[in-house]
Amino acid sequence: MTVFIIRRLMQALLVLFVTSLIVFLGVYAIGNPIDILVPDDATEMERQQAIHSLGLDRPLPVQYGTFLLHALHGDLGTSFVFNQPSISLILDRLPATLELAFVALFLAIVIGMPLGIIAGLKPGSRFDEGVMTTSILGFSLPNFWQGMMLIMIFSVWLGWLPSTGRGQMGSFLGIHSSLFTLDGLAHLILPAINLSLFKISLIIRLTRTGVRETMLLDFVKFARARGVPETRIVVVHVLKNILIPIVTVVGMEFGSIIAFAVVTETIFAWPGVGKLLIDAVMRLDRPVVVAYILVVVAMFITINFVVDLIYSLLDPRIRLGGAK
Amino acid sequence: MSFLARLKPDPEGVLVQAASGILRSPRAAIAAFVCLALVLIALIGPFLAPQNPYDLASLDIMDARLAPGGESFDGHVYWLGTDGQGRDMLSAMIYGLRTSLGVGLLAGVVAMGVGTTLGLIAAYFGGRTDALIMRVVDLMLGFPTILVALMMLAVLGQGIGKVILALVIVQWAFFARAVRSAALVERGKEYVEAAICLGLSKPRILFGQLLPNCLPPLIVIATLQVASAIAAEATLSFLGIGLPITQPSLGLLIANGYQVLLAGLYWISVFPGVLLALLIFSINIVGDRLREVLNPRLEQR
Repeated sequence: MTVFIIRRLMQALLVLFVTSLIVFLGVYAIGNPIDILVPDDATEMERQQAIHSLGLDRPLPVQYGTFLLHALHGDLGTSFVFNQPSISLILDRLPATLELAFVALFLAIVIGMPLGIIAGLKPGSRFDEGVMTTSILGFSLPNFWQGMMLIMIFSVWLGWLPSTGRGQMGSFLGIHSSLFTLDGLAHLILPAINLSLFKISLIIRLTRTGVRETMLLDFVKFARARGVPETRIVVVHVLKNILIPIVTVVGMEFGSIIAFAVVTETIFAWPGVGKLLIDAVMRLDRPVVVAYILVVVAMFITINFVVDLIYSLLDPRIRLGGAK
Repeated sequence: MSFLARLKPDPEGVLVQAASGILRSPRAAIAAFVCLALVLIALIGPFLAPQNPYDLASLDIMDARLAPGGESFDGHVYWLGTDGQGRDMLSAMIYGLRTSLGVGLLAGVVAMGVGTTLGLIAAYFGGRTDALIMRVVDLMLGFPTILVALMMLAVLGQGIGKVILALVIVQWAFFARAVRSAALVERGKEYVEAAICLGLSKPRILFGQLLPNCLPPLIVIATLQVASAIAAEATLSFLGIGLPITQPSLGLLIANGYQVLLAGLYWISVFPGVLLALLIFSINIVGDRLREVLNPRLEQR
């Protein structure tokens, strides 16, 4: 087990290292960094000064070393637009994104699982067909398109819900969140649904397959023979058996929710890291872009690592396969 | 060579099987028809479009933002309305469809070439080569495609070539994984051994013998990946980091209209949106059907 953890940890560090190298080369070596880092109206004198003070006249490996050293100290450069350390900008916006992501994940579970169970209990029924066709829609239509339709219907036509911003935030136990005020909740609904639609489809499919396969197993027959009520069989016995794969997938999908949050946040002007990234790209605020990429990649590696770890605890075969 | 042919499963049969499978399902047949029609429209687009939307001389700002069915100053009817520059939406959509389909297909084909080659190499040579290639594949598949593409374009900047490059980089791994697992099964069969004994060159064994027998999963993956490439390109362009404004795809048209959507000018973004949805949805239905017919045990997505 220890060998497995160490091996995975080394891999994770390697990936982070390679990412930092690629990002460094992309930003600082391929493009002319001075064009990016110095405002257009700078004089030649200022340019030379900037080149020297940024160390751009030194050889590339030395520059990369400096970049890496600074990054390890949590210094990923200063945003041109906000004139703040880019890392603190990211960390400031992260709670908004996490809030959105958690609510979306919650919605995906509470909507997706019941639908999947009902569809799986009666495969081939009209309900099943309807749910499955809708879930293809959820899978195949681009996220931004769904978001646009939501705004179109609920904000423009019906005028029920606001379409931009985070609304008023409340505070509870020292946590600031839109969840604690009515206005905040109203602002949260559409983006959260938008972000969760894809995952709802995924969970519906997973649950449906799981229920269909489990209902045929012997223990269900025995439970019926013993006179256990049908609802109890489904809710207690079957659910317990299909929960493990669903929980695993949900864990892994959390990362992809963070990724798709970029799209949702842009559509709904939700002030999270995703919107920050797109704004930074538009304004050529490279340090923020670099900081976003490194933070998100690090987050991803951590999530994948933890999921791997949990998985190997649940299923020793994975561990043996990975250690080969 | 004739005895070699007898040992092999029949690759041409796969295409016949796929086509008849699609025709047998009404839903898939309609979807396939829609796909073909859209490809045809994209191909002959310039002849169909009432207007060249990027010939600035033919645009009149007086015609801007006409509602669907609105009439221009010189009595021309715009069935789907006009955008902020007085551009006929129907023409803009036909040109957008060309760009979207072109980018999606090109990215899909290149990704298929790269992924298939690497997948075959991994399966055939095994050992270290296999381990190295599959390690990279696992790494790529560990990240959501849209995130990787987004990060790449955030660093590289806009451009049609860069979008295609980003899509290829995120998509080749899907092909490599599918082809490798199919080729691993084929690798152990007698015809491959026979081909080795006959002293055929390695490229000939890989592409002449192994590849035709890995077609079923490849066809399914290719269909679904083209749809996902089109969706990804549309998303990136919508975010403003995909294609430049000079080569508008459907995604970019939607983004343009999105700014005025809240003001009630729905047609500028909704019509291209419906076209995009139709395109992606029908490709996906065909892909789903192909998966059922050819039945390679594929994972979702």
